[in-house]
Amino acid sequence: MEKLKYALFTGCTAKQSTPEQMMSTMAVAEKLGIELVELTEASCCGASHLQDYDDFLSLVLNARNIAYAEKHGLTMVTICNTCQLNTAMTKHRLDNNAELKAKVNEKLAEVGLEYKGTSDITHFLYAIIDDIGLDKIKEMVVTPLSQFNIAPFYGCHNIRPSELQNETHKTPENAYRPTSLDDLIIACGGMNVDYEEKTKCCGFHAELQAPKTAAVLTGNAIAGAMDGDADWMVTPCPLCHLKLDTQTHHASEAIGREVSLPVLHMQQMVGLALGCSPESLGLQHHLVNVDFV
Amino acid sequence: MSHKITTQQVNFKVFRFNADEDYLPYYEDYSMEVTSEEVVLDILNRIKWDHDGSFSYRRSCRHGICGACAIKVNGRSTLACKESMTKMIEIFGTDLTIEPLSTKRAVKDMIIDKGDFWEKHDAIQPYLISDVDEHPEHEHLVTPEEAEALNEADLCIQCGACHYACPVIEINEDYFGPAAFAKAYRFEADVRDDAHTSRLIDLHKEGQGVWDCVKCMECAEVCPKDVDPISKITSLHNMLFREGVATSNVATRHAVGFKNSIAKNGVLDEGGLVLYSEMAGIVKHVPVALKMFKKGKIVPPWGITKSDNLDEIQKLVKSSSTAKF
Repeated sequence: MEKLKYALFTGCTAKQSTPEQMMSTMAVAEKLGIELVELTEASCCGASHLQDYDDFLSLVLNARNIAYAEKHGLTMVTICNTCQLNTAMTKHRLDNNAELKAKVNEKLAEVGLEYKGTSDITHFLYAIIDDIGLDKIKEMVVTPLSQFNIAPFYGCHNIRPSELQNETHKTPENAYRPTSLDDLIIACGGMNVDYEEKTKCCGFHAELQAPKTAAVLTGNAIAGAMDGDADWMVTPCPLCHLKLDTQTHHASEAIGREVSLPVLHMQQMVGLALGCSPESLGLQHHLVNVDFV
Repeated sequence: MSHKITTQQVNFKVFRFNADEDYLPYYEDYSMEVTSEEVVLDILNRIKWDHDGSFSYRRSCRHGICGACAIKVNGRSTLACKESMTKMIEIFGTDLTIEPLSTKRAVKDMIIDKGDFWEKHDAIQPYLISDVDEHPEHEHLVTPEEAEALNEADLCIQCGACHYACPVIEINEDYFGPAAFAKAYRFEADVRDDAHTSRLIDLHKEGQGVWDCVKCMECAEVCPKDVDPISKITSLHNMLFREGVATSNVATRHAVGFKNSIAKNGVLDEGGLVLYSEMAGIVKHVPVALKMFKKGKIVPPWGITKSDNLDEIQKLVKSSSTAKF
């Protein structure tokens, strides 16, 4: 099989507040024999907030990021749900609106770039499932996670809007009964926990302006996983991770119940199953101690 | 072309409650053979007609126009007359839970007190505000392009599917919610409307207005008329800045802070963004920030790896900016 190669859009958190996200991405890519070309020229995607202030600027910047993936002739891989949404949404809007695309390209031309629409954009979770395949993962598992009940937390921006998800990914999934993360848990040998909050919002995007709302959502999510008898949670989104891992105190206060679970990034879970060392996956960078390895 | 009707046995768990008689709600089980031709409303009818005449729900047009029959199937807001059973089975399998849009607001079975929905709807002035000359010499013409600007916000049938799917509404009862916002946009985007700032001022209020949206996209997912309320919420955010209604607060500074940070580093300066957004309010983040620092989760401003070709980004920020604050 030809070696899989992608253009990696790391997003900002992987380089700052979730260094373990970056470490585990690289560790897992190596195990899986994936080559990642980091897009060091990329800017922040605007995280769905820049667009509230200046929608056009947000489009131009995201189109520029994609243009760099196109220059490499590679599919862009994201490791953050919100990066995925903003980038894929930009692609969707430009590919379906020639006038808008021309306007954006007029700006990009000022810096010698062009958005063509030739690169696909996929989240690392889907790249693993679609391009490597769950069977292959199963074969490669050296440390099956068979003693763990693992609660998947999907994160809004990977599954909604489902029209965009379905158009972007080879394996379309339903926003109300997604399976990708559950399937990956099973492939890693773990037991997937079904609970109502697994497709719900963690509150991240309202954390500063509506802290109470955000804290209740975080609390509900962890409580749901705990009530489902989960040993730990797993998420493909570093923003969800930040909420679930660092905000347990506020979350507990908000819902009047002590809630806390170790939360792993999707890459860390895969890495553990594939035999990567806990250190190489950055498990020491979590606020809620990962005490089971 | 021949079309084959298939049938499937489906188990329904149906929410029952009569506020006049029952202390607590309960669930009734029904097992029915469902055909591929049926919509959810057909099931509600069959429960009432074949099983229990006291079963209550709202229905009227049966054509996705009146918005009366929205309920929840397995927690998903659903316009009963529009959603096919085939699709429900495809998503959720053959065990389906039928509930009202809000179990908290249930009056009788599927019927809820939708008072909070209408209160919010009324609060955003859902009508054209215009000084109309009662005896105009010419018609008030709206060009097709101007009508396009409504962006299908006028298709809303006030069914409440998005309102009761919104996680913020569940937590914060002051929040206007996606339906009210989409309606506000419908009039804000109308060239004949003169209310502009008066309506926008309400939408800017913390706790009630658009800034409390968590961006979960659930409203767009459930809307049976493809109104896409979240995109209207984004447009309202843009309008608040454009019309000069946006004042400096943690939410507006947060949005603008992204631009500042990108112009400086290409990537985000996470700590700098929180500081710029919160100003003195940063104090409350210190305990968590210290814990994060100890775990190597905080990069100081001087340690940030800036984007390569930063000059390109800076040039684009300058030339492509369309908003002022």
